[in-house]
Amino acid sequence: MITIPYLTALTTYFSYGLLFAFGQLRDLFRKFIDWWKASNLQGYAPICLGLEDFYIRRLYLRIQDCFGRPISSPPDAWFDVVERVSNDYNKTLKRTTKVSRCLNLGSYNYLGFAAADEYCTPRVTETLQRYSASTCSTRVEGGSTALHVELEQVVADFVGKPAAMVTGMGYVTNSAILPVLVRHGGLIISDSLNHNSIVNGARGSGATIRVFQHNTPSHLERVLREQIAEGQPRTHRPWKKIIVVVEGIYSMEGELCKLPEIVSICKKYKAYVYLDEAHSIGAVGKTGRGVCELLGVDTADVDIMMGTFTKSFGSCGGYIAGSKELIQYLKYTCPAHLYATSISPPAAQQIISAIKVILGEDGSSRGAQKLAQIRENSNYFRSELQKMGFEVLGDNDSPVMPIMLYNPAKIPAFSRECLKQNVAVVTVAFPATPLLLARARICISAAHTREDMVKALEVISRVGDMVGIKYFPAEPKKPELEEGRKKVE
Amino acid sequence: MNSLKNASDWLTFAYDAPFARAVVFGVPIGGHLFVEGLLLVVILFLLSQKSYKPPKRPLTNKEIDELCDEWTPESLIPPITEEMEKEAPILESAARPHTIINGKEVVNFASANYLGLMGHEKLLESCTSALEKYGVGSCGPRGFYGTIDVHLDCEARIAKFLGTPDSILYSYGLSTMFSAIPAFCKKGDLVIVDEGVHWGIQNGLYLSRSTIVYFKHNNMESLKNTLEKVTQDNKRAKKLRRYIVVEAVYQNSGQLAPLDEIIRLKEKYRFRVFLDESNSFGVLGKSGRGLSEHYKVPIDKVDIVTAAMGHALASEGGFCTGSNRVVDHQRLSSSGYVFSASLPPYLASAAITAIDVIEANPKLLVKLRDNIKALCTGLSGIQGLEIASDMLSPIVFLVLKKSTGSLKSDLQLLQDIADQVLKEHSVFVVPSRRSTLDKCNLPVGIRLFVSAAHTESDLQKAYESLKSVAASVFTGQN
Repeated sequence: MITIPYLTALTTYFSYGLLFAFGQLRDLFRKFIDWWKASNLQGYAPICLGLEDFYIRRLYLRIQDCFGRPISSPPDAWFDVVERVSNDYNKTLKRTTKVSRCLNLGSYNYLGFAAADEYCTPRVTETLQRYSASTCSTRVEGGSTALHVELEQVVADFVGKPAAMVTGMGYVTNSAILPVLVRHGGLIISDSLNHNSIVNGARGSGATIRVFQHNTPSHLERVLREQIAEGQPRTHRPWKKIIVVVEGIYSMEGELCKLPEIVSICKKYKAYVYLDEAHSIGAVGKTGRGVCELLGVDTADVDIMMGTFTKSFGSCGGYIAGSKELIQYLKYTCPAHLYATSISPPAAQQIISAIKVILGEDGSSRGAQKLAQIRENSNYFRSELQKMGFEVLGDNDSPVMPIMLYNPAKIPAFSRECLKQNVAVVTVAFPATPLLLARARICISAAHTREDMVKALEVISRVGDMVGIKYFPAEPKKPELEEGRKKVE
Repeated sequence: MNSLKNASDWLTFAYDAPFARAVVFGVPIGGHLFVEGLLLVVILFLLSQKSYKPPKRPLTNKEIDELCDEWTPESLIPPITEEMEKEAPILESAARPHTIINGKEVVNFASANYLGLMGHEKLLESCTSALEKYGVGSCGPRGFYGTIDVHLDCEARIAKFLGTPDSILYSYGLSTMFSAIPAFCKKGDLVIVDEGVHWGIQNGLYLSRSTIVYFKHNNMESLKNTLEKVTQDNKRAKKLRRYIVVEAVYQNSGQLAPLDEIIRLKEKYRFRVFLDESNSFGVLGKSGRGLSEHYKVPIDKVDIVTAAMGHALASEGGFCTGSNRVVDHQRLSSSGYVFSASLPPYLASAAITAIDVIEANPKLLVKLRDNIKALCTGLSGIQGLEIASDMLSPIVFLVLKKSTGSLKSDLQLLQDIADQVLKEHSVFVVPSRRSTLDKCNLPVGIRLFVSAAHTESDLQKAYESLKSVAASVFTGQN
């Protein structure tokens, strides 16, 4: 749980209030100037009225250079960030030809497959020659190749379910599957901090949506009991079915989901469990099989498992795994399967090769090394940050670590200072997080070496002192070790 | 009698009693005022009572437990029927005009590879160099170091090709429309849409929660009447955003939208136009710039143009283009752009090379047009089926002349025809499939995607085999 110190909350509110006041003042001036000048809309309503894009125009544009930074190399542990200049106070940014080599703490590259890999890339190029870059058709028309069938089998085996279905994009998987499974008359209970794709899919389904407090199984139980007893709104008919949607690792918190308790509650009340493992598949667990392996939950208890390949496998696309009948039904009705172009063959080959490396089927132990490396890296980095006095969220073993910033002025300060010292971090503010709880999010990768991490820690500590985000007292360093060594000599 | 007289005497006496005529503050108080005063007190007393509400008795824990035990959910999926178990045919090589299914070489009419760019050496070369330089995935959304310079180059190239100020890349064709629409259409806005649009657009409209009005498929009269009606009904049109959503070449029927008519109507009634050019980009127009070049309408009259790149450009993903305001707005409010990983860089470089090839070889477009014409003339006179698509559309859509009555049996019949054609004549065609979520009511049919790489003999094989199979199936029926 995040507990904001009172002084920080007060100053944050004050900062936002000041920014809001200035923004309104500028809007007022803009209204006067526009009143004098003739409008060029000629009877059409403007695309954004009044306060709809106030946040974007007056707050976000001031710090636009901290987001959307282009790169000109693969998103590996070190990459080249292209510098941008602006001549009109950040309203438009132009690319320059200068690049700076920075340490990458922002890309989702958990197992280090982002750049060209010695096992995967030759196979990917071979597949490109054989099947070409795209199939140009949907899966039910000419888009199912032998490669797609192999991919689905490999994914199903890796995840631990009888069958799987693969689509070309993770976002679309959620948006197109939930409407097929639940329709009007069903109930979706989702965690309060679920990802936008799940929210969109739930809204598009037409079912009733209820939210339970983030990662609190007791509140989930209360909500379930209440809803089953009450029935559908207004008619009080019993619900057709209830689906509980949770994520494996929450991308903005770095926390693992309390899966064993949630699964046992759902079994008791006969609700279906939908697990979204976008960030956890391949990154946690002894052999990389995700949250179920890490927390000891049997995969047969989770009805629908969904995940994406963008994070740990260095590719693109999403999958759904479940029982054979479920997958057959989805293949027959799901729009993502019937109407959308199938996943690109080289991307499919990358996933198959990456899974082979993780399982050690390529003949080397690189997979096991990578998994051990990321676990070690995450735990080391997190403990060091906590020792320095930063407020870091997330559980042990999770490669995502958000560092709390709170104040809106610290967001660009942290981001720009780190970039000056060649460390690239990601800062997140409203609306992806609540208004007061802005943070900097670090994603550790298996490709980071110990020296990289030490350098990163140095830079973050220096910048943290400059910006003032060490909200907790730092642990004092232990000086007795030196004397111990001298004695031995 | 006596008692009555006594009572009335007593009453008169009481009425005339001195206190009945007391004077308070100069106001004579009569006896009737006393009764009225009592009445007022009684009224006030009744008003001050709480209205009767049946007592609330919340369910006890035991009752909730019983209800929870009683409740049985439906199963997650309905029981599997026979047609659900059918699998699509599996290709064993690239989906080019000649491909291999089950070890046999077949002529492929099921891939939307309109200009035959799949497997072109220039594309493969640029993809290979991109793969070696950038790896496969981009590992992040566009806002968080997922913007690679190839993406920015691709956006600039598309904008230059079409002649618009800017464009924005999406990582998947289907998500382009259903992310772009909710970014512009909010609750309360008015959207007029053709009833034959594909699922991506329908879903985007549903998510946007605006008022949706359908008009008859590709019928300009119906569009005009609808526009007339809604402008009459909504007088406070100043703050209301109004849109017309159409596709250039409809996926569900192969018809072309008459853009010049639509632009004329839009300017008259002050609507904005959303145009989906997935199947017309790289196909229509002298140099492949799409529907607006075909009808000689300047591109800036169409407000928002989207297209999927998985058709003529032989790549994947989608783009949206328009004025600067339109594109910049999407960079922050379009959920499929902000919350999702960006397009893999090798596909973006494939798209750039594909556009270069199209610009350098306008002859491909002429070849495609000739192929479509040859196929349509070859298929005229086929028994039991008729061509429902336009002469210029690269999707040749064959519908049943006489429907069997239900969607399922239509699909079954068409599937049988397609299977027979594949098995006996080695020509791969597919019937159009409909999801249960799709609200479109247009008839289903067999789709043939014509490519510029098909040869004369391929086309001949296609229409001859279809004719013979249709003849056998339909004479069997009749």
